Amino acid sequence: MFELLGISPPALFGQLLLGLINGAFYAMLSLGLAVIFGMLNVINFTHGAQYMMGAFAAWLLLGMLDVPFWAALVLAPIIVGLIGVVLERLLLKRIYHLDHLYGFLLTFGLALVIEGMFQWKWGSSGAPYPSPIAGGWNLGFMYLPKYRGFVVVAALAICLITWYAIERTRLGAYLRAATENPTLVRAFGINVPRLITITYGVGVGLAAMAGVLAAPIQQVSALMGTNLVLVVFAVVVIGGMGSIMGSIVTGFSLGLIEGLTKVFYPPASNTVIFVVMALVLLVKPAGLFGQTK
Amino acid sequence: MSTRNIALFVALVLALVAPFVAYPVFLMTALCFALFAGAFNLLLGYAGLMSFGHAMFFGMAAYFFGHVVKAWGLPPELGLLAGVLGGAALGLVTGALAIRRQGIYFAMITLAFAQMIYFLCVQMPFTHGEDGLQGIPRRALLGGLLPITSDFTLYYVVLAIFLFGYGCIYRFIHSPFGQVLKAIRENEPRAVSLGYEADRYKLLAFVLSAALSGLAGATKAMVLQFATLTDVSAGLSGEVVLMALVGGLGTLSGPIVGAFIIITMQNYLAGFGEFVLVIQGAIFVVIVMAFRKGLVGEIAAWWKARRPKG
Repeated sequence: MFELLGISPPALFGQLLLGLINGAFYAMLSLGLAVIFGMLNVINFTHGAQYMMGAFAAWLLLGMLDVPFWAALVLAPIIVGLIGVVLERLLLKRIYHLDHLYGFLLTFGLALVIEGMFQWKWGSSGAPYPSPIAGGWNLGFMYLPKYRGFVVVAALAICLITWYAIERTRLGAYLRAATENPTLVRAFGINVPRLITITYGVGVGLAAMAGVLAAPIQQVSALMGTNLVLVVFAVVVIGGMGSIMGSIVTGFSLGLIEGLTKVFYPPASNTVIFVVMALVLLVKPAGLFGQTK
Repeated sequence: MSTRNIALFVALVLALVAPFVAYPVFLMTALCFALFAGAFNLLLGYAGLMSFGHAMFFGMAAYFFGHVVKAWGLPPELGLLAGVLGGAALGLVTGALAIRRQGIYFAMITLAFAQMIYFLCVQMPFTHGEDGLQGIPRRALLGGLLPITSDFTLYYVVLAIFLFGYGCIYRFIHSPFGQVLKAIRENEPRAVSLGYEADRYKLLAFVLSAALSGLAGATKAMVLQFATLTDVSAGLSGEVVLMALVGGLGTLSGPIVGAFIIITMQNYLAGFGEFVLVIQGAIFVVIVMAFRKGLVGEIAAWWKARRPKG
């Protein structure tokens, strides 16, 4: 069948793997956006820049302090998450009472500042990051580089842990309750503003962790998150921000759809996610997993 | 004469003598962006719809203008018409989908569609991808009667187009249609309960704004004689938001002031490269944190506050 269509199995599975990897990043980023939006009522436009900062943090840690990838995978999200906490305390917390629009504009401005500064300091051409796991497996129908397999598994694990933390733990229950009704949760003696700050830090940390995972696959560059965040917005519109599992499923599926499009009709691979978004808006405007407000 | 009319009169005289003092191409570019920002503000400032993808209308219209004039060899009037109709048609399609969601989702949807248009422009043959459309000829207007090869003559043509476009915006805002838009912005369920079909009004506002952005984009292609990917990029979508925001959302003259400030700033900072982005971003942050009314809005508020004292 594959030969009939002129597509060899290695090409097909190769693209599917790439799609799965992209999907992993979509899932991690849209998850963070959804968590942040739930608590802060802000669409975090800085998300792409924070993903980039994660990759840069890993690259700088390696280049300047010889910190290996595995340590950077933990350290970089903490560093970038803390920078996020500072931003939230200094700027974001002052605009929660305003229209959503202002949070969008503020974080857009912050993204411009951050990306501009990185571009100014390090230029826009990328720097390579050595792959921490060399080699690969020959699966017969395709060659699977070990690191890429690891990225898919790791991203899936991170997504599921986040889901578990929010849906099944006490802290997650506070979080969900505070999303529903912050005043009431405050009345129970829970420090909601601190919860909001933590949420932002963790959401940003998730983006940075995705960035660290992406560093050995892509080039580390100042603009690596610029286009990605726009695609992730489309993913969020498609999935709706109401459900954590929804974000994960939507992210991975859209990555796969993109991969398949690359095999069967390459010119549309850049735009297919946006076409899916248009279709979803026609059929189910609230998003696949969203509730109408 | 009221203060308002005096101000208008002074502005008009300034606009007429401006090319004797300043570089005409700079003025024309600024006027195109002022019209663009005004069209954007019509949507956000009066209908409360935040589009973050307005560059798609501006940039596509620039391409349409270039294609009609350069590849088809037709007069510029038809190029401008193609830009306006093209912008309106694109606005109709994207707007009909985007208004199915409210609030911040609306912004994300328009942003995503603009990104899709950007990718299409990279691939479609008629846009010439990375090169863009270069050297669009400045053919004479009015069937050959009005040559526009001189920047000086063209300035007055562009000024006329700008005044026409802004006149349209003024008419829309001060019509019953504009009042209904404001009502929908303030309280949509209430407007609906009064029998207004909110979605149709929103869509109409979106199409009008897209058509005027198209006029601005096509005029820009006529002036600078090129249309490139920059004109459809997310960066430009952000810039037009910044222009309206700096000047003052929901004020009529704000976007003009904002466009002139941002274009002037870009001219002076052109040598700084990436730092322009940092400064633009910083302006966004400062305005959102401290001057949400924008320049014109803050001045108007200050004027109003001191008035009662005499």
